[in-house]
Amino acid sequence: MPKLKLPAPPLPGKLNPAPRRPGEGNGKVDPLDVAKEAGTSAVGWVDERTSLSGPARWVMFRKVPKGTNWFYTLGSATLFAFLNQAVTGVFLSMYYDPSPTRAYESIRYVTNEAFLGEFVRGMHKWGSSVMVILVFLHMARTFFFGAYKYPRELNWIIGVALLILTMAMSFTGYLLPFDQRSYWATIVGVNINGTGPLVGPYLSDFLRAGPDFGATTLSRFYAIHMLLIPGAIITLIGAHLYLVTKLGTTAPPWLKAEPDERLAEEQA
Amino acid sequence: MNRIEKERYLREYSVLKAQGKPFFPYAVAKDSVMAVVVMATIITLSIVLGAELGPKADPTTTTYTPRPEWYFFFLFELLRVIKPPELVPLATIGVPTICMILLFLLPFYDRGPERRPERRPIATSAGIFTIAAMGYLTYLGAAAGPPTQISEPTPASVIAQGPQAVKQFNAGKQVVAQSGCLACHKIGENGNSGPGPELTRIADRIPAQAIARTLVNPTSPMPSFSSLKQKSPQKFSAMVDFLSQLKSGG
Ligand code: HEC
Ligand code: HEM
Repeated sequence: MPKLKLPAPPLPGKLNPAPRRPGEGNGKVDPLDVAKEAGTSAVGWVDERTSLSGPARWVMFRKVPKGTNWFYTLGSATLFAFLNQAVTGVFLSMYYDPSPTRAYESIRYVTNEAFLGEFVRGMHKWGSSVMVILVFLHMARTFFFGAYKYPRELNWIIGVALLILTMAMSFTGYLLPFDQRSYWATIVGVNINGTGPLVGPYLSDFLRAGPDFGATTLSRFYAIHMLLIPGAIITLIGAHLYLVTKLGTTAPPWLKAEPDERLAEEQA
Repeated sequence: MNRIEKERYLREYSVLKAQGKPFFPYAVAKDSVMAVVVMATIITLSIVLGAELGPKADPTTTTYTPRPEWYFFFLFELLRVIKPPELVPLATIGVPTICMILLFLLPFYDRGPERRPERRPIATSAGIFTIAAMGYLTYLGAAAGPPTQISEPTPASVIAQGPQAVKQFNAGKQVVAQSGCLACHKIGENGNSGPGPELTRIADRIPAQAIARTLVNPTSPMPSFSSLKQKSPQKFSAMVDFLSQLKSGG
């Protein structure tokens, strides 16, 4: 197991503590030394049991190709917006009550009474817009850079699924405050789904939990919004990022590889 | 891409990758800067714009605006652009489904080895066209707030029936104006010309009973107003009376 080695501090030779000789110090362990090594030994302890340092190094110290620019940060920015939704969503769920009679009240309580409630709700609400914008920008980047071509086709397909799920998130979330706007917009939205061929009517019935907008519709939307889709999104992001690490991100399409100078010399 | 092109790409890529920098700390630093920008944007939006909560949902309501979140505007606008009712399912489900399938399959029908956008004129212009179309539709959707007023004059035939009829006509006009019908229908000068048909001369086309039946049991995407009928029958009948007076030569 390789051990981390920190560089020695730039001190004059005499001030540097001499390395201890074997057999010195009567075999007692200096508690100060133990404390100094605590960080490394904790990492070592975990690594000894999990062998995670290999994968961690594989992720962190892989090379990103020459020319990687700011457009390549859009994917991780999307990821960050998603994390913001997850964290603020957990706090909102502590107050939210998905019953038609109490939903509006619970959101009103969050907005007007709970400590920082409106702020957190605002972060969740505006965070959704920011995430949608970032997903589209990230998709535009990969599209115009031709990043969906061999060997990254599968990553593009996972990406399209993530796009649809992100839109589904915002559709199901819109109903939850149960105010006039969200209620009627969702009714129209579900009706539009119902006009679809073949599965349309079934999809609408599934969303409404029956032929009409009823008492269980809201809890169904809530379950889809905070369990079903987030679970799917997290799984797919995992696969997406695994492939990104495995295949590496594309170099900007304009770059041509000039053969390494040292190699060129050898060839001559 | 055939096998030679694939191998050429992989070779080229491995050189560019070898000449690159390690993900940590170089890419991580950029990503962190971006993360801070994202967080700052969200926090600023939240503080400046807050989180409004409209009036409580009320199925019997007469004042609502069926308006989706802004990034769905382009879908809603598609409904308006495509008029004939036979084509409505095409607009609502067909176009998005086709777009999704095209997106999913993109790597399978665009297989050329070229990656530079300026050397892929079809892909690049299709992309730019899609972005422009979505931007335009979103703009249209944002600009078209459903109006809540109807300036249709009281027809002479109603005035001839006496003040009672005029009162009923105006009451119905009020209800219709406040019920969000204008988001999807045009009445006289007001409202949007789609996705629903124009209602200015609706009584020429269908009788009062048929109008009432449509309101209770409409074809989607129009929402049903059956609970309005149950909870406040006067408003409902005023609405039907008003609509059944909208005929030509009145
Ligand atoms: C979400 C959009 C939407 C809203 C809101 C809406 N409608 Fe409609 N309406 C439609 C569509 C689409 C049709 C066409 C359905 C069809 O062709 O079967 C329609 C059809 C109708 C018809 C039948 C027209 C005909 O020529 O057969 C009447 C009458 C009508 N609507 C009245 C109303 C009234 C009154 C309101 C408000 C209380 C209203 N609508 C609200 C979308 C809407
Ligand atoms: C929840 C949404 C998403 C997250 C969190 C996410 C995250 C990421 C991240 C972090 C990368 C690494 C490099 C980069 O930033 O460009 C990446 C790459 C990529 N993503 Fe996404 N992504 C999402 C949605 C999408 C969508 C909607 C598409 C397209 C349909 C897509 C297609 C791709 C492709 C093709 C790559 C490889 C790019 C390259 O190698 O240059 N992703 N994604």
